[in-house]
Amino acid sequence: MSKFTTNEFKSGLKVMMDNDPYNILENEYVKPGKGQAFNRVKLRNLKTGRVIERTFKSGDALDGADVVECDMQYLYCDGEFWHFMNPSSFEQISASAVVMSDAKQWLKEQDTCIMTLWNGVPLTVEAPNTVTLKITQTDPGVRGDTATGGTKPATLETGAVVRVPLFIEEGEIIKVDTRKGEYLSRAKS
Amino acid sequence: MSIRDNLQKRADLYAKIRAFFAERNVLEVETPLLCQHTVTDPHIDSFAVPINTEKNYFLQTSPEYAMKRLLAAGSGPIYQITKSFRVGESGHQHNPEFTMLEWYRIGFNHHDLMDELDALLQYTLQTKPAKKINYRQLFLSHLNIDPFKTDITVLKKRIRDHHIMVDTHEMNHDTALQILLSHLIEPKLGIQTPLFLYDFPPSQAALSKIRQDNPAVAERFELYIAGSEIANGFHELTDATEQQKRFEKNQLDRKHNQQAIPAIDHYFIDALKSGLPACAGVAIGIDRLLMKKTKTHAIQDVISFPFDHA
Repeated sequence: MSKFTTNEFKSGLKVMMDNDPYNILENEYVKPGKGQAFNRVKLRNLKTGRVIERTFKSGDALDGADVVECDMQYLYCDGEFWHFMNPSSFEQISASAVVMSDAKQWLKEQDTCIMTLWNGVPLTVEAPNTVTLKITQTDPGVRGDTATGGTKPATLETGAVVRVPLFIEEGEIIKVDTRKGEYLSRAKS
Repeated sequence: MSIRDNLQKRADLYAKIRAFFAERNVLEVETPLLCQHTVTDPHIDSFAVPINTEKNYFLQTSPEYAMKRLLAAGSGPIYQITKSFRVGESGHQHNPEFTMLEWYRIGFNHHDLMDELDALLQYTLQTKPAKKINYRQLFLSHLNIDPFKTDITVLKKRIRDHHIMVDTHEMNHDTALQILLSHLIEPKLGIQTPLFLYDFPPSQAALSKIRQDNPAVAERFELYIAGSEIANGFHELTDATEQQKRFEKNQLDRKHNQQAIPAIDHYFIDALKSGLPACAGVAIGIDRLLMKKTKTHAIQDVISFPFDHA
């Protein structure tokens, strides 16, 4: 893998540090009038999501991290692993519950999502920003019940629970914003 | 801000600088941008320009040597607004090609020159009168560290204690001080009024005179406005032998770092031998001054065509 020196650092560059892959968020060149130049760099650990700040002597180098993002089609879950397929190469990759994180509650079979791979191993899986899912259980709305802000819980076919307006009924198909976990609208069926 | 406003601000600043020095009988001069020699400072890299198949000239990293040759030749007090060039200095505060105002005053020490720079700032930027603090007092008041006496292991511990994530393995005393200064102190300097920092450790003397106090100090100063460094000045070293020694030390450091080793500028050393009058000199980043005037945080905002688009 190629090395990158501080003058090649820029946001978006994926590098290796302490054996973990990182994404550079910010890079600031700092130089006293007379003396050693530094780069103050903000990086996100792609395994843990933690953001840290590091100072490098200008001229220091880091190894590039072999990190790629690709579209993957979700196939099925065997109870322990979530299985995906690359729609162009038909290669299959499985992801653990830790890697799936929040994404697992939004995916249904055939959905396409973005997977981040490091040396071919999945780091993260991102569900599409909006998904369309069927409501498998919700109580009938009670007219005049405004104590809950005019919403009620509804369980979706993937097991996720979101709050929906009172007029939404069991069996309906709705659109959900996966980043906020919020009901958006009825989906046209 | 429109392109016209931006260009106008620079033009107005130049007009004021020229009026300021005309009033004081300081002569505007020009010196070559391409010279046979360049700095040996291990932290500054020069652009080499091929003159023929065998020889390189260098784009000047500052007009200092040429201006001191003029002073030694009897020019009297002089100033210059000029382009300077440094390889790899790119960022929000740096452009590899930048504009410098540099001037020299015969018979001044560094305090006299700080006062004159303060007057220039008040005239061009309408700043409040500047404050002054020496290097030792600055570290004592901000970090409770005596920079002249504190051991390197203590400095490294302070770096760790402040959660500054940096490899301190091969770090020397000066670099450790600079890390503490740039990370913890600098952002707080010159907020209400411009601030002069003066009397540096002798190991950071560069081309300044060392005063044999207890402890010995380098008669050097820096100017800070709103958390960034704007200028660097010296009560100038005039001793040719001492200057030659400092250059040779630079060359050794460069050898140790496996960097290119530029030859020592013999024209400059000869000028010192012939007699540089006692003087003080200062270099100011004009682009940074314009950043303060236009209240921007990116040097690219005040340069017509920044390095990426030049």
